[in-house]
Amino acid sequence: MSGPPARTMTANGSEPRKHTISVLVENKFGVLSRVAGLFSARGYNIESLSVGETLDPTVSRMTLVVSGDEFVIEQVTKQLHKLIDVIKVNDLTDESHVDRELMLVRVNAEPQHREEILRTADIFRAKVVDVTQVSFVLEATGDEGKLEALIELLRPMGIQEIVRTGKVAIARGPKTRPRKAEPAKRPRVSEDPRVVGFAD
Amino acid sequence: MRLPGARIVLECLKREGVDIVFGLPGGAVLPIYDALYDFQGLRHILVRQEAAAGHAAEGYARATGKVGVCLVTSGPACTNLVTALQDAMMDSIPIVAFTGQVPTHLIGNDAFQEADNVGITRSATKHNFLVKDGKDLGPIIREAFHIAQTGRPGPVHVDLPKDILVKEAELIWPDKVTMRSYNPNYEGHAGQIKRAARSMVRAGKPVLYVGGGVISSNAHAELRELAELTEIPVTTTLMGLGAFPSEHPLSIEMLGMHGTYYANMAVHHSDVLIAVGARFDDRVTGRVDAFAPHAEIIHIDIDPSSISKNIKVDVPIVGDCRRVLRALVEAVREEMKTTGDGREGRRPWHAQIAEWKKTQPLRYDWDDDVIKPQYVIQEISNLTRGEAMIVTGVGQHQMWAAQYYKFKHPRAWFTSGGLGTMGYGLPTAMGVQAAHPNKQVINIDGDGSFQMNSQELATCFVEKLPVKTVIINNSGHGMVRQWQRIIYKERYCAIDLPGIPDWVKLAEAYGCVGLRVTKPSEVVPALEKMLSTPAPVILDVCVDKDECVFPMVPAGGANTDMILTPPTREVRDRAEKSQTGF
Repeated sequence: MSGPPARTMTANGSEPRKHTISVLVENKFGVLSRVAGLFSARGYNIESLSVGETLDPTVSRMTLVVSGDEFVIEQVTKQLHKLIDVIKVNDLTDESHVDRELMLVRVNAEPQHREEILRTADIFRAKVVDVTQVSFVLEATGDEGKLEALIELLRPMGIQEIVRTGKVAIARGPKTRPRKAEPAKRPRVSEDPRVVGFAD
Repeated sequence: MRLPGARIVLECLKREGVDIVFGLPGGAVLPIYDALYDFQGLRHILVRQEAAAGHAAEGYARATGKVGVCLVTSGPACTNLVTALQDAMMDSIPIVAFTGQVPTHLIGNDAFQEADNVGITRSATKHNFLVKDGKDLGPIIREAFHIAQTGRPGPVHVDLPKDILVKEAELIWPDKVTMRSYNPNYEGHAGQIKRAARSMVRAGKPVLYVGGGVISSNAHAELRELAELTEIPVTTTLMGLGAFPSEHPLSIEMLGMHGTYYANMAVHHSDVLIAVGARFDDRVTGRVDAFAPHAEIIHIDIDPSSISKNIKVDVPIVGDCRRVLRALVEAVREEMKTTGDGREGRRPWHAQIAEWKKTQPLRYDWDDDVIKPQYVIQEISNLTRGEAMIVTGVGQHQMWAAQYYKFKHPRAWFTSGGLGTMGYGLPTAMGVQAAHPNKQVINIDGDGSFQMNSQELATCFVEKLPVKTVIINNSGHGMVRQWQRIIYKERYCAIDLPGIPDWVKLAEAYGCVGLRVTKPSEVVPALEKMLSTPAPVILDVCVDKDECVFPMVPAGGANTDMILTPPTREVRDRAEKSQTGF
């Protein structure tokens, strides 16, 4: 048969890249395993996941970092939305947003390196949260690039251990929409003034 | 009103309009069975294995359009039920399954008959619940039924710890279910519907590709109206059989791996393909890059995640099939006012399809001495005039039933499409028969498939469910044999079921009627006798074991690579090459 145009979902898809997806979920037991289970069942790659309560204690926010081409990401967002406990799914990747990660690093602190480590920490606005004769624990926050850069600079001193939280992200700008005169029949979480920073 | 939890469960079922529960008792659900002892208005059908309770609930749900309900105990009962849940998940069947659980203080303690029920069923259900407080019973059961039957239907599982069933609690029954996280979209996008109408009216070679969604949304009348208005030929998936009458002049019957030649050719050459409530399953598309390569694809589906999952869609319409088709009929009428009905331009297309139908009809070779399985199905179709409820197992017999039975109505065809669950036939047929006591329910099964749930003959007998089972007996796993023959160079392995058990004796052992035929001339009289017997019957039809299901698209092949006749070496080599690991 002569070559028909490609119909497969990956053949004409874009290159895989990392996406930051913000998900509002019902704060119920088992939600995390539903989301995690979705990823493992469908073979999607999850790079990081962080969960926390929002201003509304019945709602939690999950921030997921997922890599995939546009078709994979489209399926990920649709499948997430299909979960009954998921209230809203928002891909922040191509929107203006701030993302941060927190990292704790235990690094060797030999006498000849102590000064340099402290200087480096200072440049990166990292804090020393534990000191011993032979090691420092640094606390740093920032986006992925900053944390990677810090790791590279500390690596020659000998990093013993790294603990990272995974990314959290928030959209930039005043995202709370002006309230309409008529109250909505079903109040949407995104319109709840207490839940700020969630882009529609 | 304060009641024991078990009583609350039964009250809630009654309020949801449940009339039949398929179940099997055990330790953790004993409080419910105790409450059932003197509870009025619920029929309990005792099955012999828990998966059968799930399949029977599926049969009931598909036959009636209502939610099917099953009730089993904890641990092994729940793990047995998982197959039925996943089956309902794949085929979008609304059921609510209740399982018992060890008392809340023992959960996680590796107690007797404990399993992490909700953990196990999580991926096999649309949603599941573990009830941790008696006052949540009402709201949870209400939500469970709501979730099961709205949006894309599916199975919902409710896990009930024993202490919750014993303790008294307030019966809370919300008038309405509102969930901020679950609001399915039913109305299609008006602009997209208009776009679809424009494409359909202007199309030269359009095809409607119709799936089970048309049946679950009761959209068959709207579909027929649209097809007749536009004179667009209709092909259905395995799940969609009955959504459009098989013998309608516009019907090109089933497409896909064992679809008709003309359906697969029509889809391949189409310029506009309108998918309605179908999900581009790999058994339908064959090799995806060769599926309908020239077509603009319109896809109507209630589930957004079905759209552009396997095949890139040009006009996506998310909504309920019935409402969207109704809107589409109006939009097409509107469009026809300005551009004409476009039927004239489609004459050559209809001529082409008629030519395909003429040159490559479904066919098999007649034999005077050996019964051909296709003939049996044809005669069942003739004798019941397409009016029976047809249930199948999984295998060759299922495909022959799909090909040769002439369906007239929706909700008259019950088969395990997505999961391909062998043993589906008999328990599902029980559910259908329980829902429609006066209808002729025929389970067309295979000797391999039937053995996976033959214990349910006891249920049929005891509960007076006169299901008729026709075993297309080829003394083996025929579909596996067919693949080994065509794709694995006749290296037959683990497929022989040499005439064990004796089906007639087995039927009699269960109090049912057993019949056997071995010659073509005996088929019709035996079928007539079976149909007129007011009891469960097994008709053992000993058929040609070498018969294969054709057409056949080898997995991983394009639909145009159909194998139409018993394979020569050259065909076998080609099939082997296209095999890509399915």
